[in-house]
Amino acid sequence: MAGKTLYDKLWESHVVREESDGTCLLYIDRHLMHEVTSPQAFEGLRLAGRKAWRKQSIVANPDHNTPTDHWDQGIKDPISRLQVETLDANIKDFGALVYFPFKHANQGIIHVIGPENGTTLPGMTVVCGDSHTSTHGAFGALAQGIGTSEVEHVLATQTLVAKRSRRMLVTVEGRLAAGVTAKDVALAIIGKIGTAGGTGHAIEFGGSAIRALSMEGRMTLCNMAIEAGARAGLVAPDEKTFEYLEDKQFAPKGDQWDRAVAYWKTLQSDADAMFDAMVELDASMIEPQVTWGTSPEQVLPVGGRVPNPANEADAQRRVGIERALQYMGLAADTPIGEIRVDKVFIGSCTNSRIEDLRAAATIAKGRKKAASVKQVLIVPGSGQVKRQAEAEGLDKVFVEAGFEWREPGCSMCLAMNADRLAPGERCASTSNRNFEGRQGAGGRTHLVSPEMAAAAAIAGHFVDIRKPF
Amino acid sequence: MKAFTQLTGLVCPLDRANVDTDAIIPKQFLKSIKRSGFGPYLFDEWRYSDVGEPGMDCTHRPVRADFVLNQPRYQGAQVLLARDNFGCGSSREHAPWAIEDYGFCVVIAPSFADIFFGNCYKNGVLPIVLPAATVDKLFKECADTEGYQLEVDLKKQTATTPSGESFAFDITPHRKHCLLNGLDEIALTLQHADEIKDFEAKHEAAQPWLFA
Repeated sequence: MAGKTLYDKLWESHVVREESDGTCLLYIDRHLMHEVTSPQAFEGLRLAGRKAWRKQSIVANPDHNTPTDHWDQGIKDPISRLQVETLDANIKDFGALVYFPFKHANQGIIHVIGPENGTTLPGMTVVCGDSHTSTHGAFGALAQGIGTSEVEHVLATQTLVAKRSRRMLVTVEGRLAAGVTAKDVALAIIGKIGTAGGTGHAIEFGGSAIRALSMEGRMTLCNMAIEAGARAGLVAPDEKTFEYLEDKQFAPKGDQWDRAVAYWKTLQSDADAMFDAMVELDASMIEPQVTWGTSPEQVLPVGGRVPNPANEADAQRRVGIERALQYMGLAADTPIGEIRVDKVFIGSCTNSRIEDLRAAATIAKGRKKAASVKQVLIVPGSGQVKRQAEAEGLDKVFVEAGFEWREPGCSMCLAMNADRLAPGERCASTSNRNFEGRQGAGGRTHLVSPEMAAAAAIAGHFVDIRKPF
Repeated sequence: MKAFTQLTGLVCPLDRANVDTDAIIPKQFLKSIKRSGFGPYLFDEWRYSDVGEPGMDCTHRPVRADFVLNQPRYQGAQVLLARDNFGCGSSREHAPWAIEDYGFCVVIAPSFADIFFGNCYKNGVLPIVLPAATVDKLFKECADTEGYQLEVDLKKQTATTPSGESFAFDITPHRKHCLLNGLDEIALTLQHADEIKDFEAKHEAAQPWLFA
């Protein structure tokens, strides 16, 4: 019999019962929550007179609606404020292991605070009413985004009704060149397999280039698994994982730690495990990536040119390219390096961790943003990230470069708060989605790494950070 | 949950691939703490030429006349015909809420994004996967025939065209049972509460750190 994949091991260790058609009740260890996708779930519980099955599984905080400046003035938008206050009230009524209300010193993006306080651990099942829950797969946890009805189901039963996914292995072997990051790896993979390439699959990322990534890099990569269509991304836990977790507040301690690590070391795909799909990339061939269109799969190396629809044989794809170029206000064959940006956003659950900010600061140090760039927002992923960055003086580097140093939150990744693009504005963004209107109605998004975003802020247009600019 | 059994409904074709949930219902409408009232804002940026805000009365907003939902021949449509990877992106269940609230009961596409696909079932919306060539044929027939309707029968798992051509579709027995009967899935799961408790006890014994 063939060995088991990491995904299978995680799945099988959480099956409470299985129906004859393969539908399972899957036990959920960690339930992350934010204010946008939870109010209707709590309301459903109330209406049915139900309680939370295990409130100690809940880690929550508001992040989508919270402003990133003038915290002393509170949340100005009354609808946003009500949603945040509703989360406060729901957690008060139903309970939680961890809750950081708006303005708490540790508040931040839920996918940043889970790992940094040790509430995300290898071997767990993790859910959140948020598609970027895939982030937590970086720890070897089976983590997936769910809808609000499922949030209610997990609250009430501690289980998820689900069927096993197919397994995909994406292997990246070799060394990444200087200036090429986990974000570029993620975008290169999506460029190769497409935004539906991972649909129906859980993707395990392996190979020497993945093992060489830091935990922050692995989180960036798994975060983007959903942009390849995969509900879950996974990296097998290793010494880096254990080192990251040791001494985190909610990580096991003493004997428990030793026992946990011994178990976590078994969380690897067996050498003879079978995958339903395999994809391979050569790390040395991956260049800094820039999206040019309105889907993350519409991506090119920085040295490339915007595609010409006339060269596309498939009619539906041609129409897709034409539509994307029109929305993006780009002419066919434009060199990526000639695309000028109006705004830059460095943040989001993809790229707002300390390593991301250090990388951006390295580029910004001693330089100034281009006069043509209207605004550069640096939005740390959490209060902890913000304090760490300030302790290292990164905030000063950014401010001296003419960037704005903000309070933590989701910010202009999806523009639910006041941080957004105006119609027609073009943005270099470290976030995860370049969909039409994502960063503000009519806004134009180019997805890049933190280094590439910082360089675009300085130069006023995209530049190849592997070369002097 | 609302049950779904059978429907004969007008088809509205949305001819673009990779329609994401940000397009289905833009972020500003996600500030609502309710489950209803999203229908008027379905596909808001494609449907209206101004920028929509929550609570806006949509009856007097300037519309984009060329968008399918605004075309007179598709008014009252209950079946949305779509292309590959429909519902990709954000997990927001507001997307099927908006689709259902607008009046669609069925979405047909060659493929769906996983989270959206699952969310539909929880809201009495039936997502049907048909082969790309079949979907293509339906797009053509729909364009050629004003008032084009499909008969969708969940018990028989078929979608039938006006000419009587019938296409079979798959659905898991569990989902079919829940949808046909409009079952409360939580109540269904809680029938197994003892099994969940037994599992939990064993799980805690094996990995106590998960319960600290």
